[in-house]
Amino acid sequence: MTTRSWLTHSRTAAVLLPAIGLILALALWWLATIVFSIDSYLLPDPGDVLVTFLDQPGYLLKETGVSLVETLEGFLLAIVVGVPVALLIVRSVIVERLLYPLLLGINAIPKIAIAPLLVVWFGFGQWPKVLMVLLVCFFPIVISTASGMKSTPVELVELLKSLNASKTQEFFKLRLRYAMPQIFTGLKVAISLAVIGSVIAEFVGATSGLGYVITQSGASADTSLAFAAITLLSIMAILLFYALVLLEHLLLPWAQETR
Amino acid sequence: MIRLDGVGQVFDGRAGEVRALEEIGLHVQENEFVTLIGRSGCGKSTLLRLIAGLLPPTSGRIEVAGEAVSGPRRDVSFMFQRPALLPWRSVVSNVMLPVEISGGDSERGKAQYRDRAHELLELVGLKGFERRLPHELSGGMQQRVSLCRSLIRRPKVMLMDEPFSALDALTRTELSAELQRIQMELATTIVFVTHSIEEAVVLSDRVVVLTPRPGRLREIVEIDIPRPRSLGQNAHLTEVAQISGHLHGLLSEQERPVDLPEARR
Ligand SMILES: Nc1ncnc2c1ncn2[C@@H]1O[C@H](COP(=O)(O)OP(=O)(O)O)[C@@H](O)[C@H]1O
Ligand SMILES: [Mg+2]
Repeated sequence: MTTRSWLTHSRTAAVLLPAIGLILALALWWLATIVFSIDSYLLPDPGDVLVTFLDQPGYLLKETGVSLVETLEGFLLAIVVGVPVALLIVRSVIVERLLYPLLLGINAIPKIAIAPLLVVWFGFGQWPKVLMVLLVCFFPIVISTASGMKSTPVELVELLKSLNASKTQEFFKLRLRYAMPQIFTGLKVAISLAVIGSVIAEFVGATSGLGYVITQSGASADTSLAFAAITLLSIMAILLFYALVLLEHLLLPWAQETR
Repeated sequence: MIRLDGVGQVFDGRAGEVRALEEIGLHVQENEFVTLIGRSGCGKSTLLRLIAGLLPPTSGRIEVAGEAVSGPRRDVSFMFQRPALLPWRSVVSNVMLPVEISGGDSERGKAQYRDRAHELLELVGLKGFERRLPHELSGGMQQRVSLCRSLIRRPKVMLMDEPFSALDALTRTELSAELQRIQMELATTIVFVTHSIEEAVVLSDRVVVLTPRPGRLREIVEIDIPRPRSLGQNAHLTEVAQISGHLHGLLSEQERPVDLPEARR
């Protein structure tokens, strides 16, 4: 095996390379703080951030948990609402024409502009955060599901017709299965946005969560704490993304090669 | 087995009406192998889809096994130019798809079909590949899987739309030899579409030549050469050459200058 094919194909390399990328980024960050001798209240070095985290790991992990739950709830809700909407769009051109501009319009609104409204409507609890996550995830899930469902090759549809398959069979045995790789693409986009959505919602009206930690640390100029929270957010986003990648590998082994 | 009377098909195309087929009358006997041949666009696929019940004819009447065709039938199978395998299903479960779709079989019935699936796969030389996914197979192997799938429910009629035309020459010859053998063993009625005169001559009892725009019957050519036939060394090379020449003539007759601009489209 050549080095290049090892780097692109082996499983070890698949885990090792992203880790090296992260470590390089950390090293550069650290180097920058030393070379340009940046004050730690402006840009703390990774060591400061780690110390801050180790000062109160329980507290920070608890807040991470709050954000994680909001993110996951909103994400799952977006799947539960988004997939049926996509199905309606696929089944009926009328629904598609009715809904598309609406979806586009909603998606184009800067979410930070709605965050205060959600607080006014739904209070300070979990709901406005979950709904915010739903809003940001909804569009990519609907679009990817709908386009996935439309991508079924005609010869496969014709095959099922020639076998006298019912509409339900055509849907479950063919269209949905065929759409799965594209649905996963949408889910991966959505999960990254979901983390952003929950933090935005926490900026506005929250008493917990990583977004809340970040606003609080800003108020007290505690940059190290802000960075610790941001780092936890990144780690959460990365883990969620790779969890989806893993799930895709397990559920759709056929899709890896045909891509 | 199949009876077509005055069958016509008109499509509403974007550029107005397309008269795809006109006044087609044809009677296919039980266990007969009939090949449709003609330039592309002369309505061969449309004719197969009509017989399959995938499309209702604009005019005329179609019967299969003595009953008017009103939709896809269990005892009629369709094989396409492309393998049309479901990429997430293993070879054997692709072959079992028709059984699964029609449902209603007892556990024992299903087990019998499963045995049959394995037998068929063995028959086409795919023993040992049952658990593979389609993308792990070559094009020729995929088309063999597709052939097994169309045989699984013991169809009375097999409709095959250029099933070998996407394959390389060697695989084609192999598969058409296998198809001859399978038809002799399983006794099915086959309506086959091809662009290849060789294939038509080797496989068919009768070759139906269609002319394009609108698709009409030009001539039906009987092929009286004993089976099994092959294109290699055999005792009937002169007959094969003669019939091939005749078919060639019929097909190139259609190549009139007026057709060219449209054909290039
Ligand atoms: N669904 C359809 N709608 C409109 N026109 C069609 C349709 N299917 C086939 N045609 C037209 O009918 C003619 C015959 O097509 P087809 O049966 O596919 O020909 P062949 O298989 O012999 O190449 C062509 O001119 C084609 O454009
Ligand atoms: Mg065709």
